[in-house]
Amino acid sequence: MQSTTFHFLASIMSSSSRHAGMGNLSQEEAIEGLKKLLIHNDKDEQLNKELEMKIEKLISELLGTTPHDCHPVKRILGGFQSFKTNKFDVYPELFRELAERQNPKFLVFACSDSRVSPSNILDFQPGEAFVFRNIGNLVPPFNQLRYSGVGAAIEYAVVTLNVENILVIGHRRCGGIDRLMDLPEDGSTASDFIDDWVQIGLPAKAKVKAEFGHLPPDEQKRECEKEAVHLSLANLQTYPYVRERMARKALALRGGYYDFVEGCFKVWEVKTIITTPIHS
Amino acid sequence: MAVPSPPFSLSKHSLSNPPSFLASNPSLDPSKAPVLRPRNAFGSEANLGGVEQTRLRLWNNLKTNSDLRLQASRELPGLTKELKSDKSERMERIEHGTDLFDEMKQRFLSFKKHKYMQNLELYEKLAKDQAPKFMVIACADSRVCPSSILGFQPGEAFVVRNVANMVPPYENGPSETNAGLEFAVNSLKVENILVIGHSRCGGIHALMSMHDDVETSLIGSWVSVGMNARVRTKAATKLLNFDQQCQHCEKESVNCSLVNLLTYPWVEEKVRNGELAIHGGYYDFVDCAFEKWTLDYKESNPIDKSGKVAVKDRAFWF
Repeated sequence: MQSTTFHFLASIMSSSSRHAGMGNLSQEEAIEGLKKLLIHNDKDEQLNKELEMKIEKLISELLGTTPHDCHPVKRILGGFQSFKTNKFDVYPELFRELAERQNPKFLVFACSDSRVSPSNILDFQPGEAFVFRNIGNLVPPFNQLRYSGVGAAIEYAVVTLNVENILVIGHRRCGGIDRLMDLPEDGSTASDFIDDWVQIGLPAKAKVKAEFGHLPPDEQKRECEKEAVHLSLANLQTYPYVRERMARKALALRGGYYDFVEGCFKVWEVKTIITTPIHS
Repeated sequence: MAVPSPPFSLSKHSLSNPPSFLASNPSLDPSKAPVLRPRNAFGSEANLGGVEQTRLRLWNNLKTNSDLRLQASRELPGLTKELKSDKSERMERIEHGTDLFDEMKQRFLSFKKHKYMQNLELYEKLAKDQAPKFMVIACADSRVCPSSILGFQPGEAFVVRNVANMVPPYENGPSETNAGLEFAVNSLKVENILVIGHSRCGGIHALMSMHDDVETSLIGSWVSVGMNARVRTKAATKLLNFDQQCQHCEKESVNCSLVNLLTYPWVEEKVRNGELAIHGGYYDFVDCAFEKWTLDYKESNPIDKSGKVAVKDRAFWF
């Protein structure tokens, strides 16, 4: 029975990985077959837990239900087991190294949005990127009295970890930028904390209104998503240790923009230009 | 005045072949950036993985043993030029970043080909709206990405990452962490909040090493949020060595954050109504184990007299 189960599963998995539809089985046939497996095996023998989870997951995938329909704790247990089996146990030396120290080349600022994890879209592996995630991937200017959270991350990554690159990644359909663009002009706030945070982006909003005020609101928001990245990159340079390292070329700043509607990713660099004197 | 140079854009139509596994060249060449680790971490290329680890280990030695380099340059003038050119090559590498960003481009295109295009329906749905069931608060540490260790896929978890995975209490006022919290709980209406601590945390180390007088660094200002955890740790672990104390504090700080979550009225209300569950987690990357517990909210007394949090459903995965 076990071998039949695996054979059946293998055919489902291989065909579903080829394309979104099914291989040689119709979707309904596949779902029915999987359900029968669950019932059938209950009678004869104990399907092991992992196999059961796999079958349930396949059924939900075929039904088009999103992955998070499963019980939350089971979900993260499954995720952890998968990580341990496929990564940690496969590269023990690497993880032993990492346990001693981390040496990431990147400091990444990304949005907290569930759709834009840098590890997912840019495949960052453990040890590669020190990642700070907040609403709107905003970086406020250097301030010793406020925003110590962001400041602490920059200080730690730049001064202690000596990262060589900072990457700020914005994205499309950003809720934080939406809120920024919708902030009332009179400065009133509707929330305890969100409005206070997103107004870091006000200079970006002002620029977008000035340059693109003639565009429809949705397009203005898209421009602001990118302009906010430019602003964050500019604000990063107000941190003394960032400026110092950029001056001696020990640190490079870049911006990024992930558009999950079009399926594309842009990257650009920051270069500072000071012209020669125009009047001596 | 910072001027962004024109972007290069990778549009839907420029799919390339997935990158081949990195060349198995074990020779150490410090001038060439050891490009980010092989993307096929999911495959069973254990042999090649071994080679890549060698490169990483040697690179780490070079990077961290800067004292060693200085000593060499004093004693053996012949090596100085080589060392200098190593530094200038590093600078050049940083300035152009071509190796790193070529690799990044390949990874994005691979994500696009193997995940995005394979699940177009899901991504089209996600493009319209997100409805994650989890909010995760994790450390920014490069070794503890929740997507990696707990397998969160796009759409599943709203993630706030900061130094030492701390949640400041309501009375501390606005910060990026509670802005994220407000959005996740009130707008996205997540059903679970999971705060994940981890082993060898630099932020907790800083907290435990702080002097009692005024802290001037930004790191110090931030990690002071966890001061209660430090006080309780110092009281409970007098006989342990500093590293063990730090480990205790790492978990204590998670509990401190869980308590702080309840200081937000809209969080407490939802927990009381059973609409929101609060969990703590601890990832030990030395032994690769994950501990998880859930806050046991009783309206009368979620925190018992000694200041400890009442928990339930404790699980230990290894």
